[in-house]
Amino acid sequence: MATVPKVDVGTDYKEKYGFFVPEDYVFKAKRGLNPDIVNEISWMKKEPEWMTKMRLRSLEIFRKKPMPTWGADLSVIDFENIFYYLKASNKQSTSWEDLPPDIKKTYDRLGVPEAERKFLAGVSAQYESEVVYHSLQKELTAKGVIFTDTDSALRDHPDLFKEYFGTVIPPADNKFSALNTAVWSGGSFIYVPKGVRVEIPLQAYFRINAENMGQFERTLIICDEGSFVHYIEGCTAPIYTTDSLHSAVVEIIVKKDARCRYTTIQNWSTNVFNLVTKRAMAYADATMEWVDGNLGSQITMKYPSVYLMEPGAKGDVLSVAFAGKGQHQDAGGKMIHVAPNTTSTITSKSISKAGGRTSYRVHIKMYPDAKNSKSFVKCDALLLDDESRSDTYPYNDVDAENVTLGHEATVSKVSDEQLFYLMSRGITRSEAETMIVNGFIEPFTKELPLEYAVELNRLIQLEMEGSVG
Amino acid sequence: MADFEIRDLRASVEGKEILKGVTLAINKGEVHAVMGPNGSGKSTLSHTLMGHPGYTVDGGEVIFKGQNVLTLEPDERARLGMFLALQYPVVVPGISMTNFLRTALNAKRGYDGKDKTKQVSPKEFRSLLKGELEVLHMDDSFLPRYINDGFSGGEKKRAEILQMAILKPEIAILDETDSGLDIDSIKFVADAVNRMRGPELGVLIITHYTRVLQFIKPDFVHVLVDGKFVLSGGPEVADRLEKTGYSEWAEADEPAVLKPEEVA
Repeated sequence: MATVPKVDVGTDYKEKYGFFVPEDYVFKAKRGLNPDIVNEISWMKKEPEWMTKMRLRSLEIFRKKPMPTWGADLSVIDFENIFYYLKASNKQSTSWEDLPPDIKKTYDRLGVPEAERKFLAGVSAQYESEVVYHSLQKELTAKGVIFTDTDSALRDHPDLFKEYFGTVIPPADNKFSALNTAVWSGGSFIYVPKGVRVEIPLQAYFRINAENMGQFERTLIICDEGSFVHYIEGCTAPIYTTDSLHSAVVEIIVKKDARCRYTTIQNWSTNVFNLVTKRAMAYADATMEWVDGNLGSQITMKYPSVYLMEPGAKGDVLSVAFAGKGQHQDAGGKMIHVAPNTTSTITSKSISKAGGRTSYRVHIKMYPDAKNSKSFVKCDALLLDDESRSDTYPYNDVDAENVTLGHEATVSKVSDEQLFYLMSRGITRSEAETMIVNGFIEPFTKELPLEYAVELNRLIQLEMEGSVG
Repeated sequence: MADFEIRDLRASVEGKEILKGVTLAINKGEVHAVMGPNGSGKSTLSHTLMGHPGYTVDGGEVIFKGQNVLTLEPDERARLGMFLALQYPVVVPGISMTNFLRTALNAKRGYDGKDKTKQVSPKEFRSLLKGELEVLHMDDSFLPRYINDGFSGGEKKRAEILQMAILKPEIAILDETDSGLDIDSIKFVADAVNRMRGPELGVLIITHYTRVLQFIKPDFVHVLVDGKFVLSGGPEVADRLEKTGYSEWAEADEPAVLKPEEVA
């Protein structure tokens, strides 16, 4: 096992390692993945030894694990041609002028403010709404809530961090969770103490920095007993990046009587492979809700799951996927019923357009102890034309008695009757189609905070006009 | 030349010829009723006039404001001033009636998201809605509901007339608006339509039964059988049908009045 190089920058470092790190250093990024790079990442971040070891161990696992043989086609990913860690200053390489016109146009149409769009486009590394963030931070601190980026959490809250990190999604869970554990950077860390309810949604947006939107984000949320938090990740405006692989891991622990809602709207530029592992453990009478919207990216593979560990635990997944030309959204949800009297619902809405493809995978597992548990799955697909495609792959695995399992799936097209009806009232075809699509995903949008719902509807409108991606 | 002229209109559905040359001139200020037995082509007429994609025009023209509207998309016809109250209004989930009405009114006024002066103001929209809802004996709770979703038959038909009242068309086609309605609903709907009658509106009522014509008095009545008008005249035509039904036309031996048990 390699050890962390304990070297003071500026003494013998240049001679020993071949490059010099100035005070306001820029990490010299290299493509590819090997123990040296992983060591360097950990060292750059001044991490404790256990984390370095965990990263290296994960790298080994990543190398040994085969690629998934199901789901989307991932064969084009070249792991040796990827930068696994970039310091903020490396990321400012894109200039506004170099952005694809469609991305710029979308920012215009959405009315994204100048400073913000530069950040989203990767032109500027920093976008911090300082004032909002600081007053919020003060309130949270008073309640004992920790809300910070994951790197800082490891540094500032080492014990709490070590207790939970990697416990919900161990590195060996799958090839991409192993990869993430080896090279993770950024993401959010939230701890909500017993009985504390965080009334306003915490948004990554407040504390956006370059690493937050990183390729290998790592998020860890701990809701202590009786607490509540709603975390919102991502935003509706398209995020432009030249990095083609994004592989995040999100781990959530929801203790007795607590409730956690995790809302994601992802809209990566269409060159991105978005391969995410999201899982929560819900304990006695706890509730975990995943609200998950996937619009952009070339390929998405994402199946938020909830392990219902103790009686009364409840899990929900509500998701929307939009696949346009050349896109494959392979999404779904997993509910693992371990204890009696647990309930889960999965509601999925997918839209395919211009040859886009959506797949929905659902796995419901009920262990023998999960007596009197209930699960209900509903998947609705909307096809906007004949070249688009939608598939559902339900997988039920029930070993418990006295359980209820419901599954409903529909595939529909925008009907001529609906279009004619709206058009006969003077509404143009494209606006009518947009209305029908927005109506279709309304059960999803109504769960979003208003500003997100409005933006999502406008984005759907742009997608429908064909002016995006 | 009349305000709205249907000239020798021929149309088919899935290759089957249904309308075999219909000619009709409607002026604003007039109410015309087209009556006919089942299968005579009543629905084909209404849908073809509005441009439903399931109906193929085989010949003829429909001239409104100097244009042959048969070449226009349904939305263009609507913005030109035409309106069709459907016999079976369509459910569109996830879109509230308010949103629908506002979007349609904005479209009618030519608002395309840019020129804000054409957009209906929230205040104007509210007061417009309030007045029309009262006439139709509908309450506010109807507005946040999804388009026709879970509406009773009566609610659907009233919602159609509400749309008409908001959009203020110049030519309105009411396709079997009376079917499936109880007598109170027919009265509310008729009141609303009668209020709109005037020199700016031409109405084409399409119906199987004479009942609705007791409440909305037509100026002209036309009898459609097998895709052609077999009789046209004043209100007395309806009286005649009331007595004899469609039996004068051998193949269409159906009464034109509802049997007591059919009156909802």
